[in-house]
Amino acid sequence: MTSTSRPDLQALEAEVDELGTRQRVRRPTLASALGWVRWAWYSLTSMRTALILLFLLALAAIPGSIIPQRGSANPSAVRDFVVRHPTLAPVLDHLGFFNVYGSPWFAAVYLLLFISLAGCVVPRARRHWEMLRAAPPATPRNLYRLPAHQKWTTELPPQQAVREAAVFLRTRRFRIAQHSSSVAAERGYLRETGNLLFHSALLVVLLGIAVTSGFGFTGTVLLKEHDSFADTQIAYDSFSPGRMVDVGALPPFTFRLDDFHASFVRSGPTRGAAAGYQAEVTYTARPGVRPKVTTVTVNHPLSVDGVNVYLTGHGYAPHFLVRDGSGRSFDETVPFLPRDGVFTSQGVVKLPDARPHQLGISGFFLPTAAADPFTGQPISVFPAPDNPAVVLGVFSGDLGLDSGVPQSVYTLDTSRMKLLAKGVLRPGQTLTLPGGQGSVTFLGFSQFAEFQLTKDPGKPIVLGAICAAIAGLLASLGIRRWRVWVRAEPDDTGRTVVEVGGLPRTDASGGFAEAFDRLVAALRTRIPPEPAGPAPFPERAGSPSLQVTSDQEG
Amino acid sequence: MPVDVGLATTSNQLITGGLVAYSLAFVGYAVRAAFGVRVPDADAAPTPARVLVGATSPAGSATAGAPTSVALSAGAPPSGSAEGTVLDGDAARARRGREAVGPRDPATRFGEVVGKVAVVLTVIGWVAHGAAIATRGLAVHRLPWGNMYEFTLALTFAAVAAFLGVLARHRRQSLGLLGVFVMIPVLLALGLAILVLYVAPAPLVPALHSYWLGIHVTAAIIATGVFTVATASTVMFLVADHYAAAVSRGRSVRFAAIARMMPDPGVLDRVAYRAYALAFPIWTFAVVAGAIWAQYAWGHYWQWDPKETWSFITWVIYAGYLHARATAGWRGRKAAYIALLGFATVLFNFFVVNIFITGMHSYAGV
Ligand code: HEM
Repeated sequence: MTSTSRPDLQALEAEVDELGTRQRVRRPTLASALGWVRWAWYSLTSMRTALILLFLLALAAIPGSIIPQRGSANPSAVRDFVVRHPTLAPVLDHLGFFNVYGSPWFAAVYLLLFISLAGCVVPRARRHWEMLRAAPPATPRNLYRLPAHQKWTTELPPQQAVREAAVFLRTRRFRIAQHSSSVAAERGYLRETGNLLFHSALLVVLLGIAVTSGFGFTGTVLLKEHDSFADTQIAYDSFSPGRMVDVGALPPFTFRLDDFHASFVRSGPTRGAAAGYQAEVTYTARPGVRPKVTTVTVNHPLSVDGVNVYLTGHGYAPHFLVRDGSGRSFDETVPFLPRDGVFTSQGVVKLPDARPHQLGISGFFLPTAAADPFTGQPISVFPAPDNPAVVLGVFSGDLGLDSGVPQSVYTLDTSRMKLLAKGVLRPGQTLTLPGGQGSVTFLGFSQFAEFQLTKDPGKPIVLGAICAAIAGLLASLGIRRWRVWVRAEPDDTGRTVVEVGGLPRTDASGGFAEAFDRLVAALRTRIPPEPAGPAPFPERAGSPSLQVTSDQEG
Repeated sequence: MPVDVGLATTSNQLITGGLVAYSLAFVGYAVRAAFGVRVPDADAAPTPARVLVGATSPAGSATAGAPTSVALSAGAPPSGSAEGTVLDGDAARARRGREAVGPRDPATRFGEVVGKVAVVLTVIGWVAHGAAIATRGLAVHRLPWGNMYEFTLALTFAAVAAFLGVLARHRRQSLGLLGVFVMIPVLLALGLAILVLYVAPAPLVPALHSYWLGIHVTAAIIATGVFTVATASTVMFLVADHYAAAVSRGRSVRFAAIARMMPDPGVLDRVAYRAYALAFPIWTFAVVAGAIWAQYAWGHYWQWDPKETWSFITWVIYAGYLHARATAGWRGRKAAYIALLGFATVLFNFFVVNIFITGMHSYAGV
């Protein structure tokens, strides 16, 4: 029995199989170019390949989470890694392991996956479109060979039983095709629709990302209190535009940091952690419009002219009055970059115009200075400026600015300079340089904020696509797709025999048998079985190996 | 606002109480399983599990000849069952199951009572657990998921909730042993949380001040909790399926005593799949919400920060699992192994990435 029922069901399955599990195309044996192309294409768009590519994608993503990456939050990590692994690092670098997500091999995996995806979705969409317009397939001859089957006799005449079944199935939101002695019904088309929506939306996400990387830009800028920023390329400290961005025509807004405020936890186990910070800014969306005042905080960027302005960091900028040997004075407020959680901040001041020699100051700003209990050295013990002090070394000589080698504004090249004096200053104190070479006065400090500016034109595309993807996913995973056939025919004795067969389509979640049983139970109230007649049919006759019965759920 | 120390202490006491209740429940589930009680889910109508795969794609499993789960493929002749439909593959087990319907022996009845008590204890522990989370939240005036301790509390709470949900849905089936497999990770995680990860309650760092924190982290917690139960079910499925396959081939198995206690592999597989199918969209949403939050907080949706990367890897692997279930030759056990791999990445993300790999998500507080 098993052997006879198998091919029948297989044929049925093949007929209904419109999933990605398409028939495999044989590897071409002859050197037919077209054959190979076709084979390659079918292989690429097969479910199995998709599966493998998904694994590869997961695998390819791993190294980037372990090896430090360029352009990540901590750029010095790569340098440290290179120092620690002098032989390995160049090899890794060559293979793109310091920039995994921008590397050709990572791109190859996801591009192949997305090509596979497109090659899979398009034909499936076409078949689904046809399926949506077609009637459910005709009733198979032997319903008992279907995975689920029930049979009973009724007193209703066959025609009426068929009509009842048709009405019933329609109220159960099946799409039906009524034949002379049977009804064919199918429901759950939305499952495949959802699946296609999900997969196409993934393609659109990629498109959105491509739009952003082509037409978007991101840059950073550091502003002291009362500094202003105008959106031009040179005003940025770092700037990375997309390939298609016209850097000469950036959105013409400006903004000014009026005031910055940071607060810190003052007690408890997290003492010293940031409790909140905010930047008060005045911005002008376009030249000529009225300036507006707003507050930018960590989770609340300023959005102006299609550009988002994020507050990403902050620190202190000590204010110095420097007098050189010729009596000229320089008023300098210079950002010192925080080095640790208590905002021990490091920075330099360069005075190339000082006479008789150039002057350079290298030092630390300590927001809350105290003596180290062991060494007695001044250190910072709290990030808020409760007891500010600077620790300075003042150098004179050649700053090396004319050497042609670009210099960081945060480091001082002292190779051709000599130390004149060093000391610790509180606000208002002055360090006098020996030999009448001038003095340095620590006047106080202001704060600075770091901003990141991002233009992200693909964002609405990505966001919309993701919403669609999730909706599609829910439909795809939550909807059962199945077919039901009901046949009613008179038997030899003139009674009406009702037969119902059910076939799950993609019953990944299982539970088809229960759903079928529930449906048939409801149908039996419409087409009542004969009251206890002579020897009714056994309820679930048929091929035992394909038998579906229900567990007791629901 | 200052931390309410009294409430924080109450929270700690509640979680200890919850842990005690869970431990007792764990013992209860184990005792019940040991007494060999299988509620007769298969008395009148045996389980349909085999059809799961057999019927949806006989072509696939037959032609590919792949080692899909034997118990799940139509080809495996079930041994010792009159109807040829019982999946247990073990006549004795099937008989015992059926006998349980009739007059029960005292030991069986004892096991059943213990099983019920275990469920009640689980519920009690869960309520205490929930109260512990709530009081912690009230003590710190925020959602109490800002560090790994709080995170672990919430995750395990979600896992127990998912487990209770499964029990409620499958009341008639003997899923009691699932309790053992869920309670093991829950107890381990809670123990770890209390002994190692504990941090005194404190306010959050500014980067975490956002309602996206609530959305993103809550979704991640729920998904992880559901994944945990799904994984427990998958592990049991593998044991049960392996056993059924071995028995049908007349081979002996190690740990047969445990394997014989397993519920039907088909039911386990179904429970697992449903849980994955529920958790996957939630995880998808969690990752997306995280990206949106990252954009507000750091100005980038996605920076391939290690935490982001591993969330993505988890997502891709579970997508692979869902695909495997629709790919001939990958259904059944192979798909189950993929799902286990998925959970391994979840654990890696939580324990290894949080603690050992620094990124922008460094708020583990350990
Ligand atoms: C970017 C890569 C992909 C991801 C993340 C992905 C994800 C998913 C997910 C989550 C599902 C399960 C939900 C559902 O049933 O709709 C699924 C199903 C499916 N995918 Fe993909 N997929 C990808 C690529 C592909 C490709 C390349 C193919 C074609 C070969 C494909 C074919 C299918 C099919 C046929 C199903 C339906 C399975 C079923 O209904 O049980 N997918 N995919």
